[in-house]
Amino acid sequence: MADVAGDTVAGRQRGTGLDLARLDPAVLAIPMAGLLLFMFVAPIIWFFIQTLSETGDSLAAIAGTVWGVLSSSTIRGVIIHTNWISLIVTMVALIVAYPIAYTMTRVKGLLVTLLIMSVVLPYFTSIIVRTYSWMVILGRQGLLNDLLLGIGLVDEPVSFMYNTFAVVIGMTYVLLPYLVLTLYATMRGIDPNLLKAARGLGASGFYIFWRIYLPLTLNGVFAGCLIVFILAIGFFVTPALMGGPKDVMIAMLIERDVELTQNWPLASIMSLFLLAVTLVLYAIYYRFANIEKMMG
Amino acid sequence: MKTNTQISMLVALIAVIMVAPIVIIVILSFSGDRFLRFPPSSYSLQWYANFFSDPGWRRALMASLAIGLMTSLISTAVGFMAAYALVRGRMRAKKLYLSFVLLPLIVPHVITAIAIYYASVPIGLVGSLPWMAVAHSVVAAPIVVLILMSTLQSVDLNLERAAFGMGASRVVVIRRVVLPLILPGVLSAALFSFLTSFDELIIALFLSGIASETLPVRIWNSLRMNVEPVIAAVSAFLIATTMAILLVDVALRRVLGKARSATA
Repeated sequence: MADVAGDTVAGRQRGTGLDLARLDPAVLAIPMAGLLLFMFVAPIIWFFIQTLSETGDSLAAIAGTVWGVLSSSTIRGVIIHTNWISLIVTMVALIVAYPIAYTMTRVKGLLVTLLIMSVVLPYFTSIIVRTYSWMVILGRQGLLNDLLLGIGLVDEPVSFMYNTFAVVIGMTYVLLPYLVLTLYATMRGIDPNLLKAARGLGASGFYIFWRIYLPLTLNGVFAGCLIVFILAIGFFVTPALMGGPKDVMIAMLIERDVELTQNWPLASIMSLFLLAVTLVLYAIYYRFANIEKMMG
Repeated sequence: MKTNTQISMLVALIAVIMVAPIVIIVILSFSGDRFLRFPPSSYSLQWYANFFSDPGWRRALMASLAIGLMTSLISTAVGFMAAYALVRGRMRAKKLYLSFVLLPLIVPHVITAIAIYYASVPIGLVGSLPWMAVAHSVVAAPIVVLILMSTLQSVDLNLERAAFGMGASRVVVIRRVVLPLILPGVLSAALFSFLTSFDELIIALFLSGIASETLPVRIWNSLRMNVEPVIAAVSAFLIATTMAILLVDVALRRVLGKARSATA
């Protein structure tokens, strides 16, 4: 009894003042929460309150304005085009990423290092540099046109740039690594014995892929596609530099409203819409995927 | 087996396509021509000389370096604490906290940038380098958390328990046991948070004002106006930075792996 009491007293004495030794390490979560609250959450909420209150006197009036803007044909067109581009980019990225990730799990040694490097190097290169590199390739006097003219496939330069095609190419290139890394993480976790067993039991290659391998990777496919789609609908740099006059995406409209026309209410309404869609999709991701593995 | 070979060929092609744009920019940056054409007809360092002698580009480089270093310091410190809390703390809503921490990576940067810009104008902080670093920390610190969580999960909890058993306080345990064990991970987190800031365009675009353009902002302005050939050299410089950081990261992982097998 005396010992126990002594221990507690010693403990109390050691911890005079702020008892850091006894604090749960969870308190260390506070600085990060503070940073995000002050520099991220508060500015976003403040921005919406200030700019939206300009659009009407009552909540109903504001909601009316927001609805009016979102259902106007121009804005609706932009929203549809943004979703359309994002969907195509996600699909193309999936088709390209799946075999890459698969091969990464099959090859060994130097090859796998090279393959990983060929995905990771673009992943960590500045988005603006990656976009610029495709402008060099696809431009009127670019590499691809030189090549096509050189082999005589075309007689005059083709316009690959400033259209939806260019946007899809550029965005797929930027977003592909996210999908490859997510799929690779999933595929690496698949027990190869399952496939061997199926082969031993006489299943064909196609059957094994369709009935065993693909279902086992569906989680990764879903998570990866969701992340790519979420990032795609908020994209700004690549479509702004590579798209044509028709390729206006929501994020570009927001930037334009602020930088050029100073139309804060419109920027705010578009931001609100984009944020809402992003958060809903993120909630779905949160529900189904392992967020610790979000960035591969 | 035949389909496997075909897939391998296809993947090799894709890998080439992935790397080719980056290689093309690097080659182009050494062009000796007056206008950039690929392949260049002669080679020189003229665009690099241009880049490093032009006061505007040099100022942008200095601004990017300063913001990157400050961002790295802030986000590594804040991110380490959050990662430690997530791995070792007793928190009721861990997954929820983590998903909140990762939110800045998900929310379109345009929204984050405009909101911070809107709040910065009245307090006169547009164009302030430290302020831009704080803003960049919002998107850099989550990456630190992701890197350090996986590093911390590999630290044997018993080592910390042993230190506690011998009477060390939490602060001492972190400083003398945890940090030395994960130092390579902390360095790599610091490097990647630097890179995040160094490459970031959109937040910098809104917050930079005229006087404190960063490299990506200057590239952006140039691409929108008149595509100066010097951009190739600046881009190649950013690529070289990325490659250097990736190589150091690989080396650090080796060290971390060795340290782990030594303690195990």
